[in-house]
Amino acid sequence: MTPAEETEVRRRQRSRALVTALVLAALVILFYAIAIAKMA
Amino acid sequence: MSELTASANAAGTVTLPADWRDLLALTKPRVMTLVVFTGLCGLLAAPAHIHPVLAFTAILCIALGAGAAAALNQWYEADLDALMQRTANRPLPAGRMDRQSALHFGVGLGVFSVVLMGLALNLVAAAVLAVSILFYVLVYTVWLKRRTPQNIVIGGAAGAFPPLIGWAAATGRIELLPLLLFALIFLWTPPHFWALSLFVRNDYAKAGVPMLPVVAGLRVTRGQILLYTFPMVAAAVAPWQLGLTGAIYGLSAIILSIPFVALAAQISLSGETDPAFMRPERRLFAYSILYLFALFGMLVVDRMVLA
Repeated sequence: MTPAEETEVRRRQRSRALVTALVLAALVILFYAIAIAKMA
Repeated sequence: MSELTASANAAGTVTLPADWRDLLALTKPRVMTLVVFTGLCGLLAAPAHIHPVLAFTAILCIALGAGAAAALNQWYEADLDALMQRTANRPLPAGRMDRQSALHFGVGLGVFSVVLMGLALNLVAAAVLAVSILFYVLVYTVWLKRRTPQNIVIGGAAGAFPPLIGWAAATGRIELLPLLLFALIFLWTPPHFWALSLFVRNDYAKAGVPMLPVVAGLRVTRGQILLYTFPMVAAAVAPWQLGLTGAIYGLSAIILSIPFVALAAQISLSGETDPAFMRPERRLFAYSILYLFALFGMLVVDRMVLA
């Protein structure tokens, strides 16, 4: 793997990790809200 | 970046991990807009109160299900997409993602959307959502698309499910009004897609997709567009005629259908063969999208006024 490719792989991994973290955080909030809504 | 993509293409394999933007593109977000809107209208038109959080979850599940179906469609059709100008820049044919990732993403998203719908809403909505995903992937993409010019006639059912799912999510039942909305989208799909396929037929011919203009010619396709427009208008007006909606929807359906019929009639009389000059075809394609948005919007307005 060339240095340019390695940099690109790292950049993609970082951005995917960030998006995954945001999606998981959103799901935590959503599941909590669903639980409250079902109990209401 | 383009150099990396080019080298990946040249090698025939992709070693770079997919960018999240390409995963998003795999879900065809623009197509999803209409799916989400008709699903939302089905949910809002239903005669049942639903908690806003659960309503949001139902729409999210419809969107994720549609995204999953789109991803699996692109996974299966990567070879076809590479041959058509309109689709050659999608993540798979452009070499920005490997097929395995697209398959895993599509299956994961589909299973997640159905399970979440079943747990948060009800099993009827989850079952219809599952059927819609499977229908789009197995019946339309795998079975029909490369085999018959009737591909989008039968396959059009896949795009007709969202109002049914939205209604089922709110009520837990399938009733006459959402079935009529299903029929409306089902009958709307052929004129909508055939209008498009008239001016991109060269792309379809190049890819070997047996779309109606490629197999039967321009004249037959133009006639079929007009032919399908009449039952579509009947399906649009039927909810009002059967007393399931009020006059706001009924009159809107009639008024909105007039330009649709006029454009379809204009197309049926046209003998244009150069895609660059197919203006009525382009207009019908654009208007058909506006037509469905407006019709479903007026349905919700009508139901809210009645309520």
